[in-house]
Amino acid sequence: MSTRSTSRRGRSLGRAAISLALLAGAYEALARSGAFPAALLPTLPAVGLALWSGLADGSLAGHAASTLWRVLLGMGLAVAVGVPLGILMGRVRTVEDFFLPLASALMPIPSLAWVPVFILWFGLGNGTAVGIVFYAALFPVLLNAWSGVRAVNPLWLRAAGVMGADASALFRKVILPGAAPFIITGVRQAFLRAWIAVVGAEMLAASDWGLGWVIFDAKEFLRADVMLASLVVIGLIGLAFERLVFGTLERVTVQRWGMVREARG
Amino acid sequence: MSHAMDAAPPPAAVGQASAGGGRWRAIARTALPFLVVGALWEIVARAGIFHPRLFPSLEEVAFQLVRLTASGVLPHHAADTLLRLLAGFAIAAAAGVAVGILMGRWRLAEDLLLPPVSMAAPIPGIAYAPLFLLWFGPGSVSTVILVAFVSAFPVVFNTWTGVKAVKEVWLRSAAAMGAGGGRLFLKVVLPGALPYILTGLRLGLAQAWRILVGVEMLAAVPWGLGWMIFGAREFLNTDVMLAGVVVIGAIGLALEKGVFQRLERYTVVRWGMMS
Repeated sequence: MSTRSTSRRGRSLGRAAISLALLAGAYEALARSGAFPAALLPTLPAVGLALWSGLADGSLAGHAASTLWRVLLGMGLAVAVGVPLGILMGRVRTVEDFFLPLASALMPIPSLAWVPVFILWFGLGNGTAVGIVFYAALFPVLLNAWSGVRAVNPLWLRAAGVMGADASALFRKVILPGAAPFIITGVRQAFLRAWIAVVGAEMLAASDWGLGWVIFDAKEFLRADVMLASLVVIGLIGLAFERLVFGTLERVTVQRWGMVREARG
Repeated sequence: MSHAMDAAPPPAAVGQASAGGGRWRAIARTALPFLVVGALWEIVARAGIFHPRLFPSLEEVAFQLVRLTASGVLPHHAADTLLRLLAGFAIAAAAGVAVGILMGRWRLAEDLLLPPVSMAAPIPGIAYAPLFLLWFGPGSVSTVILVAFVSAFPVVFNTWTGVKAVKEVWLRSAAAMGAGGGRLFLKVVLPGALPYILTGLRLGLAQAWRILVGVEMLAAVPWGLGWMIFGAREFLNTDVMLAGVVVIGAIGLALEKGVFQRLERYTVVRWGMMS
């Protein structure tokens, strides 16, 4: 989508607006036709009202805050463990031999499969949610850091060595910037997985707070309007992270170091 | 990330390069970390730090694995989970490829479908689960529909990209050589887009697999691995849960290694679209 030229972008935006308006119109007509109960298929104004009242009394912000907190804590732990371990795996053969088979065996297990086990181990609530996020985020971070370090051009290493770089300078000036695009890609992938994992974990390990819990709880009371409003919030936060946080992160690190030439056309 | 895995020197390849002794060493090197972790687990489990119901020994997990397999319970759970995965994924593949091709070939379809698809895609699939359960009722139907819905997004996006990536020159030269609509599609557009479509299918299946187990826990299906491990929680049967997790991991690994790497070899490589 980003490759489109600006001359076409105006028209595409116009058509996107028309498309979404058509879709909203069709939904509204279906919702008002009375073919389905209003509790199951609320009208768009009802969804908007649910969204507004959630925002106005601060409850939605509180839920979003606790979900975000869990995601950030779990991801922070995953990055703190995954990046150093991945770099070590890329540099030291013994470490790679030990951890790569373990990672390959654990990776195909979906993080949500651990939820019941983690509930027993860590109890309902934050511990389980953070643990699941950590598990979901660890492998993309770990494997990308590992392949990033391995992808660093050996010529650069030798050239820097010849120019007199010691181990720490080599690491900070060559290996880390060289592996950075991979690591950032890994963190990005990790966020997508973590975002799925946290919502699922919140639904299963009911904890009173969190966007996943709101959606799940709303099912009990047949509040489809609350569900749809929470879905909107979840989608927006995910999008904001992808665009704002990771876009900025990429700009201030990778592009500045000149590792990626012009990311967007 | 799969390409990250491909970059690893597979132990088997190392073994082929050197003599048979190297092969055994490679196997031993792969087995060692599991033995170390297994031993650590066993020490912690037998030390009595945690309650044995919560932290069972590997022996108990293996015992449950054998017992549940022999009694047919575990195969039944696994079969139902796989059936849901296949049903959901088949719907997603058929619908996703069709929609993606439509979007890639017709501007109108692209303009109409791309905005809603791009809006729904960033919401994690499992967030839709309660809504789908409300709409379609608890059980298998909701699970299959949700899996199909979620795994369709990567299929649609990649098919769309693939069809658009088919070179204009190929289309024009094929048309100049007299290929009509049907033949043009079968001989040029489809093979040209296939690498992308296969990537989309692979991502879709991975996506489906990642949420299916979780959805089974939410949907209260009568059989299924997700339900099995979630139900075992009630009775503090951690050994049953871990046996279920092992099976889930094995299925995940088999899906990746067995289904897609093979599919890619037989189609794309044979048609000369990828080396």
